[in-house]
Amino acid sequence: MYEGIVQDLIDELGRLPGVGPKSAQRIAFHLLSAEPAEVRKLVHAISEVKEKIRFCEVCANVTEDALCRICRDPRRDPSVICVVEEAKDVVAVERTREFRGRYHVLGGAISPIEGIGPDDLRVRELMTRLSDGAVTEIILATDPNLEGEATATYLARLIKPLGLKVTRPASGLPVGGDLEYADEVTLGRAFEGRRLLDV
Amino acid sequence: MHLELLSLTDFRSYSEVEIQLVPGGCAFVGPNGQGKTNLVEAIGYVATLGSHRAAGDAPLVRLGAERATVRAGLVRDDRKALVELEIVPGKSNRARINRADVPRAREVLGLLRTVLFAPEDLAIVKGDPSERRRFLDELLTVQSPRMVAVRSEYDRVLKQRNALLKTAGATVRSGKGDLRTLEIWDSHLASSGADLLAARLRLVAELGPLVEKAYDEVSAGGGAATMNYKCSLGPEAALVPDRDLLSAQLLEAISAARSQELDRGVSLVGPHRDDLVLQLGPLPTRGYASHGESWSYALALRLASYNLLRESGDTGMDPVLILDDVFAELDAERRQRLARLVGTAEQVLITAAVPADVPEELAGARYDVMAGEVRRVV
Repeated sequence: MYEGIVQDLIDELGRLPGVGPKSAQRIAFHLLSAEPAEVRKLVHAISEVKEKIRFCEVCANVTEDALCRICRDPRRDPSVICVVEEAKDVVAVERTREFRGRYHVLGGAISPIEGIGPDDLRVRELMTRLSDGAVTEIILATDPNLEGEATATYLARLIKPLGLKVTRPASGLPVGGDLEYADEVTLGRAFEGRRLLDV
Repeated sequence: MHLELLSLTDFRSYSEVEIQLVPGGCAFVGPNGQGKTNLVEAIGYVATLGSHRAAGDAPLVRLGAERATVRAGLVRDDRKALVELEIVPGKSNRARINRADVPRAREVLGLLRTVLFAPEDLAIVKGDPSERRRFLDELLTVQSPRMVAVRSEYDRVLKQRNALLKTAGATVRSGKGDLRTLEIWDSHLASSGADLLAARLRLVAELGPLVEKAYDEVSAGGGAATMNYKCSLGPEAALVPDRDLLSAQLLEAISAARSQELDRGVSLVGPHRDDLVLQLGPLPTRGYASHGESWSYALALRLASYNLLRESGDTGMDPVLILDDVFAELDAERRQRLARLVGTAEQVLITAAVPADVPEELAGARYDVMAGEVRRVV
């Protein structure tokens, strides 16, 4: 145990995700020995993000304005919506530079153990977006685990009656990897979802 | 396959021990409480990543030590492999194969195959249905490591669904809840349940005749041992190992049980409610079989498992047979018969309290176990 405010700092840092007691201690002592200007920059960045960042009114992605960068961009295809669990999934899909449609962030996945049902996710907002007829395809890009699959099935059943095209990204082998290193479940899925080879 | 080396560090009562093993019979002999079973438990752990007598990993680590290490040298045909496992309670195990780290300890599953018979197995015959489900599921995972994933997926679906059922009952009764989320979990339960059920049905069909034969050989005409899979789908269900057919029947049964499930807040349909009914002649073993009959039945289940793995496995993949404290419970005649039955196995590991308990046919190499030390007797 350290004295007073040093311990307070370590405790606060230790509450962050992915930071254990040892790392918290290291970060705290790094901050103590750092230049005051550097530390002020960090403090500023943290308070700025808390003050200025909001969630997009349309898709719930993180943004500094009412609408996020993607929802504001007229070049993005409004007829395709990619549904993801978290805002960080938007960044992951954006990195591919393959997808030119828009997003919808649910804010989690259905998980009764954690008490999360469809009403706790932004499902109603999604259904409102679909009602104006501009959207023709929904891509359900929730995580490929049990809860993500359940959420995707739930949404698919809800959306299908509207006559929209509902798709889900393929599960399977990582590109550039070796077949022998794939685990049985992934390999099994990849075999289930195999496709005809056009030559 | 057989084991040529077993080395333990801080495992159970052993601080450090290294044993060279030979094909054929290996007998560990010593008074009670000297650590014979700890040796076979360690071998079982390499094969299944679990203990046959402790639920968690904590009891496996020697009192006062932080971690336990098990090293096993395997020989299959002429090829050798060294498997090393580090057991740290509360953390995930670390594994090395041939001195190279592997990303998940799970990778070692399937390298060593064992069939272990221990006094605890009496519970398969006499105990709750959960013991018999575990017997089936463990054998399935030895046959195909993929079943570990199927099993854990099913358990996860079950937990999620039960959590939902607990709250759904109240919301539905109050009239504002909707059952659409429950239906999602119904379909997941049906599809992963069908996976597990199909695998169990296939296994029971293969195992049944082998159990009958093994029981007959162990008991020399003590009546016909048969087994029936009792399914929560009811007696009219078509129990064929077809995933789609089973999944459809499960869905139907789930919706039929809807109001009952909502009232009680638990899933009442699925392979987690099933049982394997063991019979001797016309009577179920549970409640009717004598101690000796139950013991023979448990032994027959393990011998049948051994024969099944031997028949269905690749050449050179014969499991290592482990008989923990078996012979003391059998009379001289049954001892001889059992010894002849297992005499053809590539390797049989036996524990016994006194040398006289080890039948001559199996007295290959003898090891004295005393106060945490193991010495080969020559």
